[in-house]
Amino acid sequence: MLRQSHLLGIEPLAPAEIGALLDLADRYADLNRSGRGHLDVLTGLTQINMFFENSTRTQASFELAGKRLGADVMSMAMAQSSVKKGETLIDTALTLNAMRPDLLVVRHGQSGAVDLLAQKVTDCAVLNAGDGRHEHPTQALLDALTIRRRKGRLHRLSVAICGDIAHSRVARSNILLLGKMENRVRLVGPPTLIPAGAGDLGVEVYHDMREGLRDVDVVMMLRLQKERMDGGFIPSEREYYHRYGLDAEKLACARDDAIVMHPGPMNRGVEIDGTLADDIHRSVIGTQVEMGVAVRMAAMDLLARNLRAARGARVVEV
Amino acid sequence: MATLFRDARLIDPEAGEERRGDLLVQDGRIADGPVPEDAEVIDCGGLCLAPGIVDLGVKVGEPGARHKESFRSAGRAAAAGGVTTIVTRADTDPPIDTPETLEFVARRAASESPVRVLPMAALTKRLAGREMTEIGFLSDAGAVAFGDGLRVVEDTRVLSRALTYARSCGALVVSHVQDPGLSRGAVATSGKFASLRGLPAASPMAERMALDRDIALLEMTGARLHVDQITTARSLPALERAKRGGLDITAGVSVHHLTLNEFDVGDYRTFFKLTPPLRAEDDRMAAVEALASGLIDVLCSMHEPQDEESKRLPFEAAASGAVGLQTLLPAALRLVHAGHLDLPALFRALSTNPARRLGLECGRLTTGAPADLVLFDPDRPFVLDRFTLKSKSLNTPFDGARMEGVVTGTWVAGDRVHHA
Repeated sequence: MLRQSHLLGIEPLAPAEIGALLDLADRYADLNRSGRGHLDVLTGLTQINMFFENSTRTQASFELAGKRLGADVMSMAMAQSSVKKGETLIDTALTLNAMRPDLLVVRHGQSGAVDLLAQKVTDCAVLNAGDGRHEHPTQALLDALTIRRRKGRLHRLSVAICGDIAHSRVARSNILLLGKMENRVRLVGPPTLIPAGAGDLGVEVYHDMREGLRDVDVVMMLRLQKERMDGGFIPSEREYYHRYGLDAEKLACARDDAIVMHPGPMNRGVEIDGTLADDIHRSVIGTQVEMGVAVRMAAMDLLARNLRAARGARVVEV
Repeated sequence: MATLFRDARLIDPEAGEERRGDLLVQDGRIADGPVPEDAEVIDCGGLCLAPGIVDLGVKVGEPGARHKESFRSAGRAAAAGGVTTIVTRADTDPPIDTPETLEFVARRAASESPVRVLPMAALTKRLAGREMTEIGFLSDAGAVAFGDGLRVVEDTRVLSRALTYARSCGALVVSHVQDPGLSRGAVATSGKFASLRGLPAASPMAERMALDRDIALLEMTGARLHVDQITTARSLPALERAKRGGLDITAGVSVHHLTLNEFDVGDYRTFFKLTPPLRAEDDRMAAVEALASGLIDVLCSMHEPQDEESKRLPFEAAASGAVGLQTLLPAALRLVHAGHLDLPALFRALSTNPARRLGLECGRLTTGAPADLVLFDPDRPFVLDRFTLKSKSLNTPFDGARMEGVVTGTWVAGDRVHHA
């Protein structure tokens, strides 16, 4: 169902592939809720999680997804390892090739690094768990599944992506995915946090949050990425909260049944009001985490099918 | 000793014309008058004969990075590319900022390179942008121009003093124009493409801002300035105004910025990572037109050898630059084949203008000029295989590209240095 052997981004995916992946993830979500325990879809396969950037939730989500499907899962915290000793990404790939993993989940701080790694590993499916400011495809897919389950559809919706878009790979993947599925996307944020050329991405740009939220179906908040900022994008957190933080009053501009999303981890009181984040009628933040596991199960399942098909097609020499 | 080039398509950039005919070379210079009996005859068979290219701003790895490029390998690449004079950059390790290092470089180059090598010297000590170098001593030792390579002298007071002092020595200053604040950390030109790829990017305005600053300092000091690379449309009116206002300013551009654009980076191809970064198509076209009109004076390769290790990294971390000595002419011929300019105009930018700006005798087909010549077939097609390049580093963005234009012979002072 996926044409490619890796999941590196939303950009190369066709709408039909996205739809099929979400259908499968939908079934995994139900299965997870039924508490039926482990499956054997990935039995005999080795999954290695390599996080060159620290992560808790994404790494845990991929680990859980692999384990639920029966894979042998191993996580390597690359941020404190050989990279510190000067090993290059290419050498890491060569080392990995010798270990013969089947699924490789990679997060890296630099845009394009996961693509580079994927070019150098052999006989292994690579999943991008976030590269620099480029893409975070499984996050966009889990957001899409959350929207689809909650709204009943994933087309002709009006979605506002708000906040620190310039530094966000989540925003890029979501812009691409929501665009491919024929939704209207608005970017809302201060001009310093809107990437250059945003107007050419097929989105509408708003600098006034109330205007940007008017009549939207989905409000997607982003974390203010303080660690990626090298100074002076916003005057202060309190002014940012006043103008771009989501609270009940600003949310009132959106449709009455608009849902509130956040990829986490949240800065309560910076980009989102704490009470609103906990409001089970509006906030779907918990569902997003739940769908994350299901989407990652589906992605790894589909890539493993491709991997097995490719291996089956080759002559086995013993 | 005399050589007669018979039946050549003579490209004369000074006269702005080309004609079919013969060219006599005697004692290393272009000569006039009767052909001596014993003259060696080279039948050019109608191929183009033009003044050898003067490549302004070449990075050679000596001292400091000989594994990337030595004077021998750079000289051979140059000869194979029709480049008869290499003007080297001073941003080596250590930088060429004292007469002693300059003499070392000149000596190494003279014994190793088959083509002429003329060194530039640093404008500030250790390229630190704080104190000017010994511009007088360095000029006496043979520095043809002064510049800190791809470093920008941020302190305007330091730069204004260096320009003022350089003026008194009659020295040419070469500056790189990128506003250091705006372009800090940037590896791409801001816009839709850089945003989608998630690459840190700088506005093309960074170039204009630095150019405006340098023009103001030029007006203040009356110095002679060459701007290494003008690559954006927005810089051109400022350059035009400065020239019209009578300032002693010239500008160059790299062939990569005239033949490639930001989309060539594709999926993070690091061989396309350059300084300044590749631009939007509109900017490329504007720079091509400016070269054709003569507003941009000099076309160069900005040859920057990088080894495989420094390029096999994530895009942001990878080294910047591309080799270009050997591909400068075939890449530049794309502009001729596309109808943007004719061969005499091309060689004005490749040979005559840089030579004139540096006060060199070469770059002309006139009687008395040094016989630095390139013989080439402008139409012969080939597919570039980077492993055939003579540079030690093979980081060319044209690997696998279809090109037209093959250099069949190169002469320096009448001596043949390349034969194909």
